[in-house]
Amino acid sequence: MNSASVISTDEAPLLAVRGVTKIFPGVRALDGVDFTLRRGEIHALMGENGAGKSTLIKVLTGADRRDGGEILFDGCSIDPRSPAEAQRLGISTVYQEVNLIPFLSVAENIYLGRQPMKFGRIDWKQINLRAAAALKHIDVEVDVARPLNSYSPAIQQMVSIARALDIRAKVLVLDEPTSSLDANEVRHLFAVLRRLKAEGLAIIFVSHFLDQVYAISDRFTVLRNGKLIGEYDAAKLPRLELIAKMIGKDLKAVEEMSARRGAEPVRTAHQPFLRVIGLGRRGSMTRFDLTIRAGEVVGLAGLLGSGRTETARLLFGIDRAEEGRMEIDGKLVTLTSPRGAIGRRFGFCPEDRKTQAVIPDLSVRENIVLALQASKGWLRKISTQQQQELVENYIKALGIATPDAERPVKFLSGGNQQKAILARWLASRPRFLILDEPTRGIDVGAKVEIEKLIARLCSEGMAILFISSELEEVVRDSHRVVVLRDRKKVCELTGGQIDLPSIMQAIAARADE
Amino acid sequence: MSERLSRLMPARLRQLIWPLMALAALLLFNGLFTDGFARVTIRDGHAYGSLVDILKLSSRVMLVSLGMTLVIATAGVDLSVGAVVAIAGSVAARLIVQQQIGLPMALAATSGLCLVLGAWNGTLVGWLGVQPIVATLILMVAGRGIAQLLAGGQIITVESSGFSFIAGGYFLGLPFPVTMVALMLLLTVALTRGTALGLFIEAVGNNETAALFAGVNPCAVKMFAYAFTGLCSGMAGIIEASDIKAADANNAGLYLELDVILAVVIGGTPLNGGRFDLAGSLVGALIIQTLTTTIKMRGVPVEYTLVVKAVVVLVICLAQSPELRKLLLQRRASA
Repeated sequence: MNSASVISTDEAPLLAVRGVTKIFPGVRALDGVDFTLRRGEIHALMGENGAGKSTLIKVLTGADRRDGGEILFDGCSIDPRSPAEAQRLGISTVYQEVNLIPFLSVAENIYLGRQPMKFGRIDWKQINLRAAAALKHIDVEVDVARPLNSYSPAIQQMVSIARALDIRAKVLVLDEPTSSLDANEVRHLFAVLRRLKAEGLAIIFVSHFLDQVYAISDRFTVLRNGKLIGEYDAAKLPRLELIAKMIGKDLKAVEEMSARRGAEPVRTAHQPFLRVIGLGRRGSMTRFDLTIRAGEVVGLAGLLGSGRTETARLLFGIDRAEEGRMEIDGKLVTLTSPRGAIGRRFGFCPEDRKTQAVIPDLSVRENIVLALQASKGWLRKISTQQQQELVENYIKALGIATPDAERPVKFLSGGNQQKAILARWLASRPRFLILDEPTRGIDVGAKVEIEKLIARLCSEGMAILFISSELEEVVRDSHRVVVLRDRKKVCELTGGQIDLPSIMQAIAARADE
Repeated sequence: MSERLSRLMPARLRQLIWPLMALAALLLFNGLFTDGFARVTIRDGHAYGSLVDILKLSSRVMLVSLGMTLVIATAGVDLSVGAVVAIAGSVAARLIVQQQIGLPMALAATSGLCLVLGAWNGTLVGWLGVQPIVATLILMVAGRGIAQLLAGGQIITVESSGFSFIAGGYFLGLPFPVTMVALMLLLTVALTRGTALGLFIEAVGNNETAALFAGVNPCAVKMFAYAFTGLCSGMAGIIEASDIKAADANNAGLYLELDVILAVVIGGTPLNGGRFDLAGSLVGALIIQTLTTTIKMRGVPVEYTLVVKAVVVLVICLAQSPELRKLLLQRRASA
């Protein structure tokens, strides 16, 4: 042993999480999870939505307190009650959104709350010198006296890393650090992370970008539904297997599964309803083409953060496309708002039902008629009687369980709220319906009903874009499947090509292939 | 239809029941213990008495509360109503006294100007996304200054029988402002419940993103609410100037915004937006005025007035709080 930097696997880990449990009302967000972090490694936490990654990080950094289990840090049991306490122990976090103070100087941001003092006054010279040195350590040279918001997001990100490191951190937690960086900036960040790793820092890395995870990580810990799936060496776990573990499919079973075909492809004789050519927006989606015909369900598959919701937002006019064009029935259109999209007879069930779809205090009736009424304008009010007939029809047709139409929608269960939102769009008679995770967070019975409804609507000639993280649903319900990865469209599968292994292959393929 | 009504009515009434009970309690207390409170005399076909005074005195707060209810329902607030009242007084007085244009023209021009002032607030809040408190604070401060400039630093007195009639005249035996309130209530109800506007306002106030995604235009909805409040404030300003036969830019509508916001909240429209109740706001305005009149008639020393008012308002708000009621019920159940 002539070098202290050699790390043997039998050395006591820096951080050992043993059987940690965290319970939120109605869910076990973490269920007996183990996690081991060694000195001088970059360890990626992997998992889909609701896997428990962010809860584990919050427990480690003191933002949430665990309900059971043990955390050993450097051999001692710890129970941080606040991020500040975790920081004092040596666990620093850099969050997804840079949470510094934009109009203070770079140096002030690094030393906020622990300014070096001299004769009872803040020692500005010291602050600026030390801030410059801290940044130089991670290869950033900027004027530290200028306000933070005069620099790019990449520099701001580096400043928060510098701040985190300057608190004598032993563990650095990076939650989606690359989501607002471009390729060069990511390369710089990774070079810095590799150096910090060589200096013995332990880094926990969370990212949706598979290429980046493979590029930087030594080991993975995979979580699913709050449970530990396993801990793996990055070099020994092929991508396909990693994805299989994240989404909870046994790889063998997937490969052996008789090619389960999607719905019959729609005859190409149908005129395309919507054609999108080279649509794109910086930070949202790289330019992509997409054609959707009447009576066709197009599935959108990809991991969390692959650009599924971003695609929906571009198509519905919530985010404005910066390039490319869109044709409806062969005619060029520009969408600048949801109103415009609805005017073209689009409908959109957003992913986040609670914050983007449901109007909690309004009744089931009002929630259902809203989109139709909005498209008619405020003057042409739908008469009370018409409203009641319309709503009674949809309550019956979709089986919405509510004592009456006047009940505030917030008192309904998640599945019934989702059906009410579907009814809102069906009532507006759209030609094209975007369904973003329509089956999330609802019970199995309701899921089946919604899948049946999708099939019926498209047989009646509606064009549907179906987004789901449940790949089996996508396989089952789609005529065509578009696969996204890292904000890019990577391929399109039709008819017989639609099966679970092909989709997973497409998701797992390397970007450079 | 009647069955449907009976199913709908209780829910509407349940919202109104607390403010109505508070008003009834205040009136009952006065009827029993305040001499001459319930007495209404009719002279020359005109009604006089404390009850009539309450109706007349609360007319300004009632008028403005109609608009404010809509603004608060969009999850906003308008602090500039008092300043708009002052501007309306100064403008109306100058047009009548100095420009010598006819009364109908002067009133129409004043109302139109106040509509524009409200639309200014609507532009700041709706299209430019300024925080409602900050956006309307601008006009609250600047507006009073404008009113003072318009009046040339003086109190402009108006000698016009037509103008005096607005606040001092009688219609159907009641003070004319009562008619104005009734007409504006009808207009507001027709605009919001007769069309889909009420639904859009509630949708925007309760969940703006969801309303936007459903195709509602939140900017336009807010624009309407603030512009309409400007119009209501303008009418209140005309009444106030007519009442004292002069435009007093320093004192007209001073602290009116606070009484109006209070009336809306007592009336059951929550400050964080969503469901609104126009009738409730009017009841709220009546409660505030009844309280003020009660305090005066019972000879409570002037310096106690505001404290007494605050205590009663606190009690009313607490009585309306579902959390507190639940807490009290639990106490009783466990005891």
